[in-house]
Amino acid sequence: MDRLLDCFVQTFGINRDQIIPLKLAYQSIPEWDSVGHMALVAEIECTFDIRLDTDDIIGMSDVSKAIEIVQKHGVVLDDAALAKSR
Amino acid sequence: MSVSTAIDKLLAAAPYSLPQAEKRVILTERTRELTRHHYDRCELYRNLLNRIFGGSKALQFDSLEDAPFLPVSLFKTRELRSVDASAVVKTLTSSGTTGQAVSRIHLDAGTAQLQSRTLVKIMQHFLGVERRPMVFLDHAAAVRDRRSSSARGAGILGMLPFARQPFYALREDMSLDVEGLQEYLEKTRGQSPVFFGFTYMVWQYFVETLEKVNLRLFLPDAVLLHSGGWKKLEALKVSQEEFRHRLLAAAGIETVINFYGMVEQVGSVYFENPLHFLQASIYSDIIIRDTNTLEPLPPGRAGLIQVISALPESYPGHSLLTEDIGVVEGCDNSHIGMNGQYFRILGRLAKADLRGCSDTFQKPLPMPA
Repeated sequence: MDRLLDCFVQTFGINRDQIIPLKLAYQSIPEWDSVGHMALVAEIECTFDIRLDTDDIIGMSDVSKAIEIVQKHGVVLDDAALAKSR
Repeated sequence: MSVSTAIDKLLAAAPYSLPQAEKRVILTERTRELTRHHYDRCELYRNLLNRIFGGSKALQFDSLEDAPFLPVSLFKTRELRSVDASAVVKTLTSSGTTGQAVSRIHLDAGTAQLQSRTLVKIMQHFLGVERRPMVFLDHAAAVRDRRSSSARGAGILGMLPFARQPFYALREDMSLDVEGLQEYLEKTRGQSPVFFGFTYMVWQYFVETLEKVNLRLFLPDAVLLHSGGWKKLEALKVSQEEFRHRLLAAAGIETVINFYGMVEQVGSVYFENPLHFLQASIYSDIIIRDTNTLEPLPPGRAGLIQVISALPESYPGHSLLTEDIGVVEGCDNSHIGMNGQYFRILGRLAKADLRGCSDTFQKPLPMPA
């Protein structure tokens, strides 16, 4: 889980406490625009060594969706941290 | 916008799946919703409908041909918006040559998302679900300003979700980075790269450059997508057939797909079908109108193109009369496995202030010999 949240921190240059899964969404901060989105995708793909397809990219509209999508690609996130973040 | 079952029906279907009659029923319902929505929220739109289309009775129409429409040029002179300025996440501008006014299109998050979703569905039909290596026949500076995009920048940004490791093949002086391109193509060999560029730039900075340096590429698995209009190429007497032929000869690219779209209706684009006509998806449609009377015309008759899009919620751009002349060539063609109307563009209405995305590029420096 930490590694996924770090992707957001790294890509958007924001603090951990700004990441509220249902609130931090595409276009909700200036950094998460269409260009930032693709940088986030690249960061997630690199971090977890997965390949997202176009449906994943369009569907990844907030942090919760990002969690679902990386899990769909077989990434196991720490459940305790996951529960806490929701 | 409030809940719409019409848009949900369209989003649930594949982009070329619905027969024209069935699509028209849903699209007409959606157009009624949008007309009412903008009438209630955009004062200028309401005033125009009241003055030109007879007020609130313009909201009641049974056929798409009877839906009110605005001239596309209105977005150049007036600010048309159906949401608070604070809800605008992005403002798109059309490319305009010096002295020409530019359109300003205000997107909120909802409309921007609708545009992304439909564009993805259309692109997936042609390119598949997997992202592919992508070569932009442009330079990276075209997307430098992220909040406000020119048509060129918006085109590139719209393509980014389909790209894996995008490569910008032009330098800032518009020269082709031949070595960089060859290296990139070597690195991505066997992964079916997609090339994207504006029509005139593809021609001048890619095809002509490859011919000039006498380099022949062989990319049979590549797809080239291009857009922006034929005006400049027509001036050079380059036909669409010659464009495709010379691309095949110089770059070995067999699949060349043109698309017609405009900054006023991003997302509901018209891609070239296998018959080389522009195909309407279920998210949009066209109506051809007589250039003098503006009466709707049947297939086979040339006239002004009116574009209907199911997407615009933050600005009243769902029904626009363009300055392009076109003709409907067919509909629901089972041989190509695509439903909906398809058409051809014949040119621009004379005397309209002409524009085309790729035509507005001003060469900053003379090309090196």
